[in-house]
Amino acid sequence: MVDETKLTPEMQEKLAKVAAAQRENLEKMAKEQKELAEKYDVHIFCCNSTSCRSAGGESVLEALESAVKSNELEEKVRVVKTGCMGLCSLGPLVQIEIKGREPVMYKKVTPLLARLIVLEYVAKAIETPKEQPLEISEFLSEHILPLDIPFFTKQEKVVLSNMCKSNPESLAEYVAHGGYQALKKVLDTMKPEEVIEEIKKSGLRGRGGAGFPTGLKWEFASKVTDTEKFFICNADEGDPGAYMDSCTLEGDPHAVLEGMLIGAYAMGATTGWFYIRAEYPLAVERMENAIRQAKKFGLLGNNILGSGFNFMVELRLGAGAFVCGEETALMASLEGKRGSPRPRPPYPVKSGLFGKSSCINNVETLANIPKIIAKGADWFASMGTDKSKGTKVFALTGRVQNGGLVEVPMGTTIREIVEEIGGGVADGKKLKAVQTGGPSGGLIPEDQIDLQVCYDRLKAVGSIMGSGGMIVMDEDDSIVDIATFYLGFTVDESCGKCAPCRIGGYQMLQLLKKVADRKGTKEDVEKIKQIAHAMQKASLCGLGMTAPNPVLSSLKFFPEEYEERLIKTGSDAE
Amino acid sequence: MAEEKSGNKYIDESVNVVKKWKNKRGSLIMALHEIQGVFGYIPWESARTVAEQMNIPLARIYEVLTFYNYFKLEAPGKVIISVCDGTACHIKGSMNVLDAFKQELGVEENETTPDRLFHLQVVRCLGCCGLSPVAVVNGKTYSSVTAGDVKNIVAEWRAKEAETA
Repeated sequence: MVDETKLTPEMQEKLAKVAAAQRENLEKMAKEQKELAEKYDVHIFCCNSTSCRSAGGESVLEALESAVKSNELEEKVRVVKTGCMGLCSLGPLVQIEIKGREPVMYKKVTPLLARLIVLEYVAKAIETPKEQPLEISEFLSEHILPLDIPFFTKQEKVVLSNMCKSNPESLAEYVAHGGYQALKKVLDTMKPEEVIEEIKKSGLRGRGGAGFPTGLKWEFASKVTDTEKFFICNADEGDPGAYMDSCTLEGDPHAVLEGMLIGAYAMGATTGWFYIRAEYPLAVERMENAIRQAKKFGLLGNNILGSGFNFMVELRLGAGAFVCGEETALMASLEGKRGSPRPRPPYPVKSGLFGKSSCINNVETLANIPKIIAKGADWFASMGTDKSKGTKVFALTGRVQNGGLVEVPMGTTIREIVEEIGGGVADGKKLKAVQTGGPSGGLIPEDQIDLQVCYDRLKAVGSIMGSGGMIVMDEDDSIVDIATFYLGFTVDESCGKCAPCRIGGYQMLQLLKKVADRKGTKEDVEKIKQIAHAMQKASLCGLGMTAPNPVLSSLKFFPEEYEERLIKTGSDAE
Repeated sequence: MAEEKSGNKYIDESVNVVKKWKNKRGSLIMALHEIQGVFGYIPWESARTVAEQMNIPLARIYEVLTFYNYFKLEAPGKVIISVCDGTACHIKGSMNVLDAFKQELGVEENETTPDRLFHLQVVRCLGCCGLSPVAVVNGKTYSSVTAGDVKNIVAEWRAKEAETA
């Protein structure tokens, strides 16, 4: 905070002037952006997330832009690159909104198709009176993705709400959609305690997986006095097969930054750190861009918007270590060391990064914050179950018809997510199981998928909420192979510091492979269980404690798949 | 201040990179990222330069380099083939794709072909699970890859490299 007593009246006046100008700039920017958007009759939204880009989205964007130009439609048509639209398995996706007409989405768009969309649909629609329906060629209509399918209608978008309609690289678009209003509200009208109270009241729990109440964490951190305090955003999304956080950073980086600013104000942090997986170059690029813009417009730095609140952020990359998602390992990595976890307590709020009080929140947690402040804790708490409030984003993948990024209220059943939103199992196969929580989670068999997604119920069946990976497996998938895959992953990623994880994991994997290769016995399975329980009890960090989950849950729900591979010994042998 | 250049690109480039990061806290990994960004791996001369310039024992640099999967200690081939083995890709057959690449190129995982053209590696989730299984070759993504596609992918890049050579 700026010590106002040391400032001369002239200096204070000067600071106030700078702050007033900054606020005016932001308001002007929002107004101009809104006017600009209203000027156009047609908006073409082109998904520019990693997934759609990988499927050729960049050349689709270029084709759309050049087609608009060559048809001289620039005055009426705006092409906007956006964040994730959700149905990643059918990308690249393009959505077209024309004043007076229903929005239309196109799937699997190619550059050729993009040019045809502009020529045959957009240009025609502009010329045709609004009441008159349009005739669209079969080739085009085959690529139309109906927007009234459950994939879109059954979702409740909070974190993902801003993504599919605005350019994540534009601060102007973010503020035009109401961005940084929550920060303003907090700085202008709320004391840090009030912010904490509001978040506590909302019932928001950490979206990284463990589900610790966010408001409570902030409160603990706010009570610690230290010369420096840090706010860390954990964007080291390590769960293989999950990409919610990368999409959030790519699609709405300013929302995450705004969430961090609010949290930092509440706990009294001086510096913020983003720790992002190096495998996500686009997320890194978009976040760097957002930080640059925020600095330029006075949303980061000294005396933010004239409030006296000072805050700067740094961005650091991970380097491919799953264990760095664990908070103490993450901080070691931020310090430039190998990512080894350490015992807690002391918890990071007492002694964290560089020994200073630190608060660590996941990307999705932070993206929820501006919405809670803007719409109120009661609104947030009205969604979800008793103990799990709000929504959760899942990366729905595997053997599912409509794979992609989905957001649902807590309490939605897995069956609704897989069968309604996801459209069921692909290729008409039968569902066997769903895995949540990635390598730290567990399998949920088909007969239990009426389970509601919330922290406690998932835990009760031996899985975890995790960060949001949801992998669908069909009747042909081998459960033993999946369990071996996950354990192989965690053994590979074990940092080696504590013996239960380093030795236990390795030994368990050898036994599991033996069973998978049809060379194991009943005794081996018993040993696997023993090691698993020892690892759960004695490991130093979450990686080791949860590594046995996929194995244990598969043994519990699919014992026949193991038995079928065992060599018969002793009394079992005929 | 006059600067002395060693004439060794691995050293000189590393000196430049370190200058940028030296005074920032916890920046060793960032400096290493940048060096790998230039050379494709961390050459021994660079590691030693970073150690000297940042005043960190060389053993600690190697502790970090060997701990994190991302860092390479040897120069990879010109064309880097990354087969994704995230869960979504795994259950859709990424291991068959990997095997096909191994066979086509005659190398194992994390190896480079003798002509130093291809480097084969496995990565954990590239964040496009909807397109699984996925393989990325020098930044170009191939989605829903099957073992049968592998021959053509390798041929495509062989031709591309022959053109530019």
